[in-house]
Amino acid sequence: MATTLEQPTTSLPGAASEAGETAARERVARILAPTAIALLVLIAWEALVRLQEIPHYILPAPSLVARELVDSWPILWPSLLITVQIATLALLAAVVGGVGLALLCSISKWIELSLFPYAVVLQVTPVVSIAPLILIYVDEPLTAVVLCAWIVAFFPILSNTMLGLASADHNLRDLFELYGAKRWQQLLLLRLPTALPYFLGGLRIAGGLSLIGAVVAEYVAGTAGTGTGLAFRVLEAQYRLNIPRMFAGLFLLAMTGVAIYLLFSALSWLLLHRWHESALGRER
Amino acid sequence: MSLALARAPITATDRARGRAADGPLVRLEAVGKTFANGTVALEGLDLAIGRHEFVSLLGPSGCGKSTALRLIAGLARPTRGRIRFEERLERGDVGFVFQEPTLMPWATVHENVRLPLRLQRIARRTAEAPVREALAMVGLAEFADAYPRELSGGMKMRVSIARALVTRPALLLMDEPFAALDEITRLKLNDDLLALWRAQSWTVVFVTHSVYESVYLSTRIVVMAARPGRIVADIPIDAPWPRDENFRTSDLYNTLCREVSAALRRAMAS
Ligand SMILES: Nc1ncnc2c1ncn2[C@@H]1O[C@H](COP(=O)(O)OP(=O)(O)O)[C@@H](O)[C@H]1O
Ligand SMILES: [Mg+2]
Repeated sequence: MATTLEQPTTSLPGAASEAGETAARERVARILAPTAIALLVLIAWEALVRLQEIPHYILPAPSLVARELVDSWPILWPSLLITVQIATLALLAAVVGGVGLALLCSISKWIELSLFPYAVVLQVTPVVSIAPLILIYVDEPLTAVVLCAWIVAFFPILSNTMLGLASADHNLRDLFELYGAKRWQQLLLLRLPTALPYFLGGLRIAGGLSLIGAVVAEYVAGTAGTGTGLAFRVLEAQYRLNIPRMFAGLFLLAMTGVAIYLLFSALSWLLLHRWHESALGRER
Repeated sequence: MSLALARAPITATDRARGRAADGPLVRLEAVGKTFANGTVALEGLDLAIGRHEFVSLLGPSGCGKSTALRLIAGLARPTRGRIRFEERLERGDVGFVFQEPTLMPWATVHENVRLPLRLQRIARRTAEAPVREALAMVGLAEFADAYPRELSGGMKMRVSIARALVTRPALLLMDEPFAALDEITRLKLNDDLLALWRAQSWTVVFVTHSVYESVYLSTRIVVMAARPGRIVADIPIDAPWPRDENFRTSDLYNTLCREVSAALRRAMAS
């Protein structure tokens, strides 16, 4: 026989501060541990380059890359802004297109049947192979590059949102029906909130993909493209055998990707932490 | 945590709450339900449920209790026969409580309870009083701003009941609402439900597979058998009110439990 009595699950003050301490320690570890790894790798790398006297056009030392990052900042920073702008535009278009199409599909089975296969085709065709075509047919280079990035970022948002819209609890659907809910009420009060965590998961993936899409498109476009994005700078540095600048550019790209991921994780937490399992801390 | 409502003294209206005192509220006539896959969930179901009755549908799992309840709620259509209500029911005249609390995890307790009113496009301000009242009825007034995940299983079930009560339904349908709860919580909620039922004027149809629970709560127990789902016994429970711990340990309770158990055994053997 079960003997548990009903209790509100708010914890006692003592337990709360203890749990808080554990959480704080975990947060510190989350930052300290990867930082320590990075430092170790950098030191080993620096030592390797110096001891083996590896020439900088083969493998530049981290210190050299850092100096290059500072020196060529006036070139790299505006280029980074352009790449971020491309990725942002592509992501915005992907959100609008993905959520919009997902809504249409949830409203009409016919729309889903007729359009979804093409979304899949778009997704499975490697963007590297479509990019040259797009660059031929679309005159405006910025539009062409954004279009390429959009193609990669669009699908995860579409498929996740569709899954979310279809995942509403069956009993809740019955309840809405019992009280005579209109379609728009069911959409607004049941399907959209159910889909939110799924959408945010898609957004996190699409955020990174939009950056990758932008980089790929810039690479393919080369000098024919916008000609000033960060990926173009990396390519340019490669042509000029300026390997330290290549590393600096790649470093910036990687950091931008991380920043995008963190941004959307924070957004996800902000919207979900009151209720969704994925965002709940486990209290013991 | 106890109910805000004091137990009402026994009055003449209590006696009027006997079996079908003033005509049935809903009548199932030769109702049958066959699902698309060929499963005959119900066959030839005749059942009249009177106003203010507390009817339990008791039977082994798979005998069509949930199906019968969904048919009454209008969430499914009978394949044969028909279901007639005494008078046209408005939206909100029927409340439904599922086995799981079925709350919206993204909404506070208050918002969850307000849902039926919101779906009827009743203004937030107008809904305020009924929502508070419903929460007070189930003893959760202080938890209005909590999220479902912050509540225990029993508390979530109370929220679910408050949501069903907020429209002041004439008919309350409950599908094994306490089956997933531990015994202590279940006994407590049984008492609270009885107190509410006696204070309000609803009719309750309560699905359960527990003999003890059904005898404790009901004015009448309808025993069902499976394949196809049908009614095999209809047992009035003429035990006095109020029912409490004394009733639970009384000879009458034991006799009734034995009688109902025997009916259930026959149902399962047939
Ligand atoms: N949607 C459905 N489709 C097909 N068969 C169903 C469906 N719902 C219930 N059934 C079948 O109908 C029978 C009665 O089910 P149910 O009413 O849920 O029984 P109970 O609630 O008494 O356990 C069972 O055999 C079940 O498998
Ligand atoms: Mg059932």
